[in-house]
Amino acid sequence: MSSEAPTGGLLEGYDCTAFCELMNGLEPDNPDLALIRERLSRMDLAELGRRAATAEAELYNLGITFTVYSDRNAIDRILPFDLIPRVLTAREWDIIERGVVQRVTAINAFLWDIYHDQKILADGILPRALVVGNSNFRPEMMGLDVPLGVYVHVNGTDIVRDGEGRFLVLEDNARTPSGVSYVIENRHMTLRVLPDLASGFRLRGVEDYGVRLRQALVDASPAGVLDPQVVLLSPGIYNSAYFEHVFLAREMGVPLVEGRDLIVENRRVYMRTIAGLRPVHAIYRRLNDDFLDPDVFRPDSQLGVRGLIDAWRAGNVAIANAVGTGVADDKAIYAYMPRIIRYYLDQDPILHNVDTRICAEPDGLQYTLDHLAELVVKPVGESGGYGLIIGPHASKSELAEFRAKLLADPANYISQPVISLSTCPTLCETAIEPRHVDLRPFAVTGRSTWVLPGGLSRVALRRNSLVVNSSQGGGSKDTWVLA
Amino acid sequence: MSAPNGSGGLANGSNGGGSGRYPDEMEPIRSSDLLSRYAESTVWLARYMERIENLARVLDVTETFVRTGTGRDGWASVVQINADDEPFRARHAVADAASVTEFYVLDTGHGNSIASIVNMARENARTLRPLISTEMWTHINVFHNWIRRLGPNDVRPSHLSALCARVKQECQTHYGITEGTFYRDQGWYFYMIGKYLERADQITRLVDIKYHTLLPEEAGIGSEVDVSQWSAVLRAAAGYHAFRRTMPRVLRPKDVAGFLLLNNAFPRSLALTLRQVYWAVGQLRTDYGLRRSGMILERLDELRASLLDQTIEQIIVRGLHEFLDWVQLELRQIQEGIASAFWPPPPELVLPEQAVDGGASTLAQSQGGMSQTMGSMTQTLGGMTQSLGGPRSSGNTQDQS
Repeated sequence: MSSEAPTGGLLEGYDCTAFCELMNGLEPDNPDLALIRERLSRMDLAELGRRAATAEAELYNLGITFTVYSDRNAIDRILPFDLIPRVLTAREWDIIERGVVQRVTAINAFLWDIYHDQKILADGILPRALVVGNSNFRPEMMGLDVPLGVYVHVNGTDIVRDGEGRFLVLEDNARTPSGVSYVIENRHMTLRVLPDLASGFRLRGVEDYGVRLRQALVDASPAGVLDPQVVLLSPGIYNSAYFEHVFLAREMGVPLVEGRDLIVENRRVYMRTIAGLRPVHAIYRRLNDDFLDPDVFRPDSQLGVRGLIDAWRAGNVAIANAVGTGVADDKAIYAYMPRIIRYYLDQDPILHNVDTRICAEPDGLQYTLDHLAELVVKPVGESGGYGLIIGPHASKSELAEFRAKLLADPANYISQPVISLSTCPTLCETAIEPRHVDLRPFAVTGRSTWVLPGGLSRVALRRNSLVVNSSQGGGSKDTWVLA
Repeated sequence: MSAPNGSGGLANGSNGGGSGRYPDEMEPIRSSDLLSRYAESTVWLARYMERIENLARVLDVTETFVRTGTGRDGWASVVQINADDEPFRARHAVADAASVTEFYVLDTGHGNSIASIVNMARENARTLRPLISTEMWTHINVFHNWIRRLGPNDVRPSHLSALCARVKQECQTHYGITEGTFYRDQGWYFYMIGKYLERADQITRLVDIKYHTLLPEEAGIGSEVDVSQWSAVLRAAAGYHAFRRTMPRVLRPKDVAGFLLLNNAFPRSLALTLRQVYWAVGQLRTDYGLRRSGMILERLDELRASLLDQTIEQIIVRGLHEFLDWVQLELRQIQEGIASAFWPPPPELVLPEQAVDGGASTLAQSQGGMSQTMGSMTQTLGGMTQSLGGPRSSGNTQDQS
């Protein structure tokens, strides 16, 4: 099968200008991919449309939704779902998996170091100010020995592919990364609505994420507790990611608690049950550092638990992820990640960064100003795709406006070349068309690191859009890893 | 219906003190103890769903009742049953089909409409999503979305009966799904407690109001109007045929009141609902060693004894209204006893609930962080008030009405 000539039928006229993973990928002769192309090409557009509508209705009814609040009204929205899966070959997955494990290992080593001896700073690998002056650096963490040396038990690595199909890390998410529930729900949905596409393929399973996550928490629990009580700490039902919290609590088979369900007495954590207080040994928290404990962080937080950090320090409870991991996934630290990997592991990075310039540095700023029209410039503190500018897509006046913002606060920005993200066939109104995707694999670390096969594939549903965030027209797809 | 048995009772075989349908010999489920917050939400979920069903029954029967011209003040009595005179009068001058239906089906400006209650039921179900089955959640979600889309056109008199039938059916579907899928551990018993406490409360309201609105003067007793009105009351409680089986020859107000309060087999009678509550609380004590239930059982014992000790004639002579008032008060005390035994308010949270606006930024911030997450989410604050006070406070308000 030729990589240049897609199968006809529904795929006739498919635009392969960009790197399409299925249609002109790096393994043109892979028989599984060929079979998927063939099956897709023989499908009927109207029928696919009906199935997509069924899937969306079902997601809505099942409450696989996030909630958006405007005024006093809560509106449940589904994350738009594209039923055509994104497919990774075993060889491609091997690169990602090894690369993610390497990166998570380095991040944990980095966090241990900066919260203990700070050798990396003494050795001048990255500027001290960038670390200890970082708003996500937590002085409270200095000298605290976290169990197993693990700070980041759950990590999400945002990965894109460039025009040659190379995997590049866009950013790390080492605080409370979300989206994993969609990985698993998307799989259920795809198998339900496209059984004819999936039949016969051996796919790597996604079912045991909850079991692995719970085990990582048990691994981190205080020594000597025979059957540790694990809980998931959520900000509550009005949090936009509440569905995911529910999902994970159920998959782990543990209670979903809110701050008000927990109490600390004698440096031990308890939950309030109908039979009185019951001990808690490990907390998977989906609450930011700032809100965990009003005694230590924001005193006005009502979502956290007074005394929690103290109980943690005493070694009586595990908290995952640890406090203070935000300094590792900061966009400014990101630029140094290849050096961090070399420093701690003495290995070359398996997954490369997108070439990044730091505007806090004079050279970086100058380069960025000189090439503004070609670059993506992002504020380091924002997430969700807000506040960034994509040079080639911006008008003259937008560029001028942004230049002023950049000059006013250069330390707040980094810049990267525009990566022409890979595409995947996606069901659109009148045809199957290429749409840009990224990938967020999830790594779970207890005694060792395990990566959930696949990850969350987000797709920019607008034609030519490179922004996959759901707030800006993004959706998601099932991600198949061929066994 | 099963074969008739000698006594003419309805399924007498199931009267044996809480065993029978639910085999006691089964090993109780040993799982980690239920979070207090879940227990509370479970009770309220069950109460709200039961309340919706009762509301639909009363609306449905009133509509028939008024349409057939037998009760001119029928719509006003719905407002009375629910003790909503004040909020109702603030909105409507006249209690007629249009105003009462609008008030009890669509109006979300107060807490006692189907639209409001379904909202609260769903918020409790949302809290319970980690606990309840996916099918329970999905059903409530779909039910809620249907109610939310209802407009004035859907509740006009010609549609009302069909609408009530559908609402009733949705509640019954909810209960059927719950019966078939809800895990039988502590949560199940709290569900049963909530369901039957609510049902007990509803039946006392129905009897209280109807007895006194339908019996203003001796002259009316035994008249044709009287009989049709009382059969309507029975039908509202789905008890007409069961009543006929126990009392085929007469339909006197006192018989109806006696049936609805004291009958041992009718699923909506006060006696039977109290027996169910007693059973569920008792299970929590015997199966899970929850000794906090002891006080509640004592109180229930007294209440049940007061029913056993009296005939309906005695109750009426001593004052039916006073008796029902006392029962309602007892039911509230039992609910409060359960609350203070199983979900005592954490002292440090009593104040912050008032200071919610200040805390709103807290929530927004925390979610800003989550958007490292999926990036999706435009958040605002509205949630906080409800998230802390939500199911509990709305519940309490309802309970005191």
